[in-house]
Order: sequence, then structure tokens, then C-alpha cells
Amino acid sequence: MRELEFTATDGDRVLPGRKMASLDRVKVLVLGDSGVGKSSLVHLLCQNQVLGNPSWTVGCSVDVRVHDYKEGTPEEKTFYIELWDVGGSVGSASSVKSTRAVFYNSVNGIILVHDLTNKKSSQNLYRWSLEALNKDSSPTGVIVSNGDYDAEQFAENPVPLLLIGTKFDQIPENKRNDVLTRTAFLSEDFNAEEINLDCTNPRYLAAGTSNAVKLSRFFDKVIEKRYFTRDPSQMVGFTDRKRFNFKSLHYD
Amino acid sequence: MFTSQVLFFGFGWLFFMRQLFKDYEVRQYVVQVVFSVTFAFSCTMFELIIFEILGALSSSSRYFHWKLNLYVILLVLIFVVPFYIGYFVVSNIRLLQRQKLLFACVVWFTFMYFFWKLGDPFPILSPKHGILSIEQLISRVGVIGVTLMALLSGFGAVNLYMPLCINSDILALERRLLQTMDMIVSKKKRIAMTRRQMYQRGEDQNKQTGFWGMIKSVTSSSTGSENLSLIQQEVDALEELSRQLFLETVDLQATKERIEYSKTFQGKYFNFLGYFFSIYCVWKIFMATINIVFDRVGKTDPVTRGIEITVNYLGIQFDVKFWSQHISFILVGIIIVTSIRGLLITLTKFFYAISSSKSSNVIVLVLAQIMGMYFVSSVLLMRMSMPLEYRSIVTEVLGELQFNFYHRWFDVIFLVSALSSILFLYLAHKQAPEKHMTL
Repeated sequence: MRELEFTATDGDRVLPGRKMASLDRVKVLVLGDSGVGKSSLVHLLCQNQVLGNPSWTVGCSVDVRVHDYKEGTPEEKTFYIELWDVGGSVGSASSVKSTRAVFYNSVNGIILVHDLTNKKSSQNLYRWSLEALNKDSSPTGVIVSNGDYDAEQFAENPVPLLLIGTKFDQIPENKRNDVLTRTAFLSEDFNAEEINLDCTNPRYLAAGTSNAVKLSRFFDKVIEKRYFTRDPSQMVGFTDRKRFNFKSLHYD
Repeated sequence: MFTSQVLFFGFGWLFFMRQLFKDYEVRQYVVQVVFSVTFAFSCTMFELIIFEILGALSSSSRYFHWKLNLYVILLVLIFVVPFYIGYFVVSNIRLLQRQKLLFACVVWFTFMYFFWKLGDPFPILSPKHGILSIEQLISRVGVIGVTLMALLSGFGAVNLYMPLCINSDILALERRLLQTMDMIVSKKKRIAMTRRQMYQRGEDQNKQTGFWGMIKSVTSSSTGSENLSLIQQEVDALEELSRQLFLETVDLQATKERIEYSKTFQGKYFNFLGYFFSIYCVWKIFMATINIVFDRVGKTDPVTRGIEITVNYLGIQFDVKFWSQHISFILVGIIIVTSIRGLLITLTKFFYAISSSKSSNVIVLVLAQIMGMYFVSSVLLMRMSMPLEYRSIVTEVLGELQFNFYHRWFDVIFLVSALSSILFLYLAHKQAPEKHMTL
């Protein structure tokens, strides 16, 4: 077990009504190919601002989003959701993959990011999700991605997924329908909601838009799974990994 | 003759592109050219030695080529490379951007001064020769090169063994990395919370009007933002640390995989070679010690002696002189190559702290300098390894130099560096388990 009990040693003050215990951790991974815009996305989600100078992420960069669970209801509670933006590509050296696996421990949700202008990045999401969810079964980081795709596996997956497509504004008008159909297939495969946006424009996630609602629902689901449906039989990852394989996709 | 030079030049170019600059873009072609030129001329020197032994070309043309080669190499090593090193180092420092050339010349002159001064404590000045003769230059280059070579080979000899406790090192690093990430998370939570409070307080403040309301809002927000910027600085430092830890862990994982690879058949083969080399190096250390203790200059190298002994023992017809030559070249060359590779890795790791794209030029030039000096000095030292009849041309070309001194100097430095690297490795291993206990 690699996880350690982290005790806050940097002298956090305890504010009235807001204890930051070490158990209140909600961890969401942000995965995707190099250059799709994960860092911009995380910055937008956490700081409500556009990232001015995106640069290549080395290792992992974390940011925190303040999320009001069940906003507007009497059961409203504030949570800090940690967004772990893991850099790199699926084709990295196995030494990089093994090191990356350190960040995949005890994950409560995964945001899969792909670039709408780049089909390859969407295809690689299958490998990314495999890497993150199967980390225990493949210590050398070798990803097996052939065989038959089994949709049931994702249906009973205990980790909520969210699909985000970036660079939406760079798609010309006439291609938009094709792109949206393609992403609809993707979200079906992953049994996940999808959001298509442009990370340099905050209006896509403005309060009240359907995107914001989807995002909020996703985080609510993550928190629910984490705290309110705690079942010892539900481990992170897949229960029956032997059956888990992928086939080539619905489109090319 | 010249075709082979062009060939070596091309080889050096390729090596440069593939190995060294795999990750970075090459901005300055000068660097590439200089490196390839140094490499080409160094290789031709070796080629000339081989020709010498094989008796390929006529002796007068060999002599001519030797002289030409030597002049060019000295020119490059003493004038061109240090100048460019100075130039690039200076252009990295932003303050001195304007008068780059001037400062580069200044750096070069200081280099020349120290270079000259280097000759004083050593018994190499011979009263017959003038100041700017080739012997002077070679002698100095030789001293530096011999020192470097002995250091590297001593270090490389001992470092052929990978550290044994690599798994626990990796686990410890990963633990540190996760701890750093956790600290970053908690600090960011504080920032987010403070910001939210400020925002909420700001909303309350908007309702308050009047003089006191304004004062209150100013003071409370200023302390809030001061705190924020302080925490933000801490977060930046922690993020830098996490990046470094990540890279270190990747390195260790790569090393671990290399070790696992060594368990395969191909790996076993290389492992065997490694053991063989380590035995050879131990023998060299032993010989060096004996030379110093008994105040004796080595007349024959270990390979020749070893083969002689084998031949006498087994009674096989073997051209000892012919083969021992090549074998000792190859052996020494490979040891140096491995140690240079190790040096490269540590250098690149060290220079990652400074911005990588800028200083890679400097690294390559320093490499070229080291390589050139190594090759020149290895020619000097090979005189010891070569049988008597081949020594003549080397002696002729290089003039009167105190060769015995160089051999002694090499032995001393080799011994010192080997012993110190053994000590260093031992200390590093001793410290590692203590580190784990306190975590």
C-alpha cells in the first residue's frame, strides 16, 4: 500500500465550522494527451480565470476547486476537490509510466480530456483510462489494448468519469455536427457525460449553462460515491480485469 | 586520408544529433560544427596510430599528417573551443548582453593566463625551447588531459556496479513526491479558502458604507492578500520541488529497468563484460600502487604482460605485440566512454536546474573540450602501452617531453580518483539506510 496517512504539519488554522481533516479528500484525476489543454482546463475550473501562459507540465500539477455539494438545498456542504493534472503521453517510456502510477492511488473520479481538433487524442483516452484504472495489474506500465470491447465494464465502473472536449471554438461550423456525433459515441462508450468547450473562454462554464450543470452533477456524483455510498466491496479499479479489453472504435 | 576525416566528421555530427540533442532543439550550428570537428580530428589521431602500427602509408606522409592533425587539434582546443565557451556563457548572463564579444575575449584571456600558469609547478619546461613552440602547448594540454582522463577512468572503473539498494531508493523518492503533492494540496486549499472568505467579506463590505467601512475593507483585504502571496510563493517552491522529485524518480525507474534488463541473456553478456572490465581496472589500480610505492615507471602495460604470461603458459603461437596493442586501446577506450556517459548524465541533471535550452550549448562545448584533451593526452600515454618500435614516431612528432613524468602523474591521479570514488560510494550507501529510518 503506497498511500500514507497525511497529517497536516504546516500549521493549518482551524476555522470555525471548517475543519480540514485529512480524511476530507476528494481526488479527481485529469487525464489526456500532451497539449489538449488539461492545464488550461484545471486553471479555469479552479481559479475561474483563463490561464495566460500555458507551459508543458512536468510530473503532476494539482489545483483545488471549491465545490458546493447539493447547492441550494438545505444539505449544502462545501468540499475541496483536488484536481490532479498528470502530464505526459500514452506512449511515454515505461519508467515514466511507472512513476506516473504513483499519482493514481485512491482516485475518486476521472476527467478525460481530449482535443476536438485531434482525433488521436480521443482514441488515446481508452488507453489513458486503462492506465489509470488498471494500475495495480500492470506494474511495468504495458497497456494491453486489443480484443473485444466490453461496455459492461464501464457501466459498473465505480469511478465516475467525465469527458471534456477542448478547442471547440477551433472547429469550423460545418464540421461541428460530425464532431458532436463522434463525441456522443465516446461518451456512450465511457458511460460518461460530455462537455465540449474552449478553455480560453469562461462563458462555456458560466453559471446556469448546461455545461455548468453537468459539471456540478459530476462533482456531486464523485462526492456521493466517496462519502455516501461507502461499500467495502467497491474497490477502485475493475474487479475482473481479465475480461477487460478494447476493440477498435466505432469510427476511425 | 581525407575521406576518412570527412567520414569521422559525419559520424560526429550524427552522434551529436541522435544522442546528445535528442530532446532539445539545436539553435546554433556553430556548436555542432565545432563538436564534429573536434571529434573528427581526435578520431583521425587514433587512426594514425593504427596506421603506424600496421605500416599503412609511407612514413613521410604519416609524419606530415601527424603534424597537421596536431596543429589543428591544438588550434581548436586552445583557441576555438574556450572562446566559444566564454561566448555562450557570457550570452547567458543577461547583464552583459551588449558587449558579448568583448567579454568573451576577456574570459578567453583569463583562460590563457591560467593555462600558462599551469605549467609552472610541473617539470616540463625545457630551457632550450621558446615560448610559443608546440611543445609548450602540448605539454600543458597534456597535463590537463591526463588529469581528466585519470579522474574519469578511475571514477568509471569503480562505478561499473549499479547501486544495489535501488528499490528502496525508488520507494523513498515516491513517498517524498506524494508528501510534497499533499503539502501543495493543503496550501492550495488554504488559498482557496482565504480567497473565498475575502470574496464573501467583500460582499458584506459592499453593504457597509462610510469611512470606517472603507478603512476596514482596505486593512482586512491587504493582510489577506499578503498572506496569499506568501502562501503562493511557498506553493511555487513546492511545485518546483515536486517536478524535480518526479524527474529523479523517473531516472531511478529507468535505472531499475536497466538492471532488470541485465537479467536477460543479452544483459548477462554485458554484465560479463562489466565484470571483466572491473577486474582489469582493479589490476590497473594495483599496478599503479606498485609503481608509486616502488618508484618505478611502467615499461610494459598489463595487457602485454598478461598475454605474455598466457602465451608462455599455454605455448600458443601468438603475436603478442600486435594484439596487445589493440586490446589495450579498446579496453581503455571503453572504460573512458562509460565514464564519460556517466559524466554526461550527471552534467545534464545538474544543468537542468539552470534553463536547459540555453546551457546545452555550453555543455556540448565543454564536452568537446574534454574529449579533445582526452584524445591528445591518450596519445601521450599510449607511448607507454606501445611496443618500442612504434614509440619512435610519437617521440619525434611531439618533441622532447618528459614522458616519465606523465606516466607517474597518471598513476597518481588514477589511484586517487579510484579510491575517492570507492569511498564516496561507500558513504552514499551508508547514508541511504539511515535516511529511510528517519522518514
